[in-house]
Amino acid sequence: MSDRITRDEVIHVARLARLELAPDEVDAFTEQLARVLEHAADVESLEVDDVPPTSHPLPLVNVFRADEITPSIDRDEVLAQAPFAEDHMFRVPPVLGEEP
Amino acid sequence: MTWLIEPTLPEGWELVVGLEVHVELATATKLFCGCANQFGSEPNTNICPVCLGLPGSLPVINGTAVKYAMQLGRALQCEVGPSVMARKNYFYPDMPKDYQTTQYDQPTSFDGELMLADGFRVGVERAHIEEDTGKSTHVGGGGRINDAVHSLVDYNRAGVPLVEIVSHPCLDTIEHAKAYVSGLRDILLAIAVSDARMEEGSMRVDANVSVRPMGSEELRTRCELKNINSIRSMGRAIEYEALRQIDLYSNGESPRQETRHWDEAAGRSTPGRSKEDADDYRYFQEPDLVRLVPSAAEIATIDDAMPARPSARRTALRQLVPAASVSVDVIATLVDRGQDELAIAAIGEGADPEKVVTRLQHDLAVDDFSKITAGALADLIRMETTGELTATQVKQVLSEMVDTGGEPGPIAESRGFEAMPTDDLAGIVDQLIAEHPDEWTRFVGGDDGDRKKMQGFFTGEIMRSTRGQADGRAVAELLAQRSAG
Ligand SMILES: [Zn+2]
Repeated sequence: MSDRITRDEVIHVARLARLELAPDEVDAFTEQLARVLEHAADVESLEVDDVPPTSHPLPLVNVFRADEITPSIDRDEVLAQAPFAEDHMFRVPPVLGEEP
Repeated sequence: MTWLIEPTLPEGWELVVGLEVHVELATATKLFCGCANQFGSEPNTNICPVCLGLPGSLPVINGTAVKYAMQLGRALQCEVGPSVMARKNYFYPDMPKDYQTTQYDQPTSFDGELMLADGFRVGVERAHIEEDTGKSTHVGGGGRINDAVHSLVDYNRAGVPLVEIVSHPCLDTIEHAKAYVSGLRDILLAIAVSDARMEEGSMRVDANVSVRPMGSEELRTRCELKNINSIRSMGRAIEYEALRQIDLYSNGESPRQETRHWDEAAGRSTPGRSKEDADDYRYFQEPDLVRLVPSAAEIATIDDAMPARPSARRTALRQLVPAASVSVDVIATLVDRGQDELAIAAIGEGADPEKVVTRLQHDLAVDDFSKITAGALADLIRMETTGELTATQVKQVLSEMVDTGGEPGPIAESRGFEAMPTDDLAGIVDQLIAEHPDEWTRFVGGDDGDRKKMQGFFTGEIMRSTRGQADGRAVAELLAQRSAG
């Protein structure tokens, strides 16, 4: 194992995901992610030209929820977990450009 | 109201507009969770792990939202078939999951149309289900996004069910674009799937605008106009954009494909994001939600319960009224007011169609006419047709019928209305002619304009001296007789 992913790549991905990893966690996740990628490579090697694309493994359709209000969660509790909050809202850095 | 060829574009150019209309569905809860779908709540009070996109949460689609979306599709005469939810990936703080759950290659509804009152057909490409985003407030920089210091996000709106209705780029005038949006609003209200309030954002319109030389079939570079918050504002925004593009072409330049932000107060738009590169949203099917597969029976149930479309209602009334005597606008007005059913029923009771329609148009511009029955209206029109009541008396009786729901016969009797015998009337007419020799000379010898004016003058005097009891038609006949003799 594992030329699938390097320690540096794991550190980079963790940074993009805003995760702080201890050195031993970096080692552990490098190994685990390499195994995931190995599995993906196995799947990729299969011949699937004749298999129709599928979005869902279960043969289910029309799973609906009744239009009934359920309690929302506590605002202060949620906002307390955000990096920044102001006026009961999530405060985020300015965004360049416009929403799609 | 007449449909004009757009008068403001320089000659030789024509407008090409396609509209994307987002409509919030009037469900009790959001699309994928049980949080309240409510406008105007305290910030971040209608939120939960699902609509905040917290790890491990799972969406389950709201059955009522799906039903509303299918109703809307059928109201727009779309095909409604099996559909699939998809993830549209983009990174923006008002979308907490970093993707919007929407529909992509298999929308719920497609290939529909909306007929405008003047017979213009607007093709509807698709009407798909998706979730709304949260709402950002940009702080600092005067509220403008590009200068903001930071943004504050309220997720109450995140996950509210929407249908996005995409028209073909077939709208050729601003009037047609406005009529389309107001026609959509009428349908939404008629089938009660949305409150369709542009000012509250429960109905939002983006306009894709381009221009081309008159008669050409090409589709030139388009710009997408955003931040339109009323039908009137849309008209102004489209006009500004069309003139801007024509100006560029006339100077040998070309518009660039971009979104533009309409500033209603300034009356102009400013450029936003360039759209020269196709957006790559890496759409893929949403693995957490299963396919939506309506049965033929469900679609049939929706169709059976569907109120008649305004276009069908206009046609039904139109067929009963001689086309030459009543304009399309009058028919459209009665349908807008919801008076078409009453008119059709009164005509069915034997009342003169033209008189029914004209009377309703002129004298029944009221919110509540529910007390008037078709039978009573038919009786009233009959009394007008036979000359039992004068036009003025008919108006007064009708107005009392609106208030009390009474029958026209007893109301006329209680007011002492009887049409004045023609002999008495002739005497009054002759007396007035004698009192106003100058006006009479102008009536007899003047040009058409003079004659019309003086006819109005004499009719007015006669109505005044008979306190409205003279029959207008009899007066006109008498005046014509006297001037000929
Ligand atoms: Zn929620």
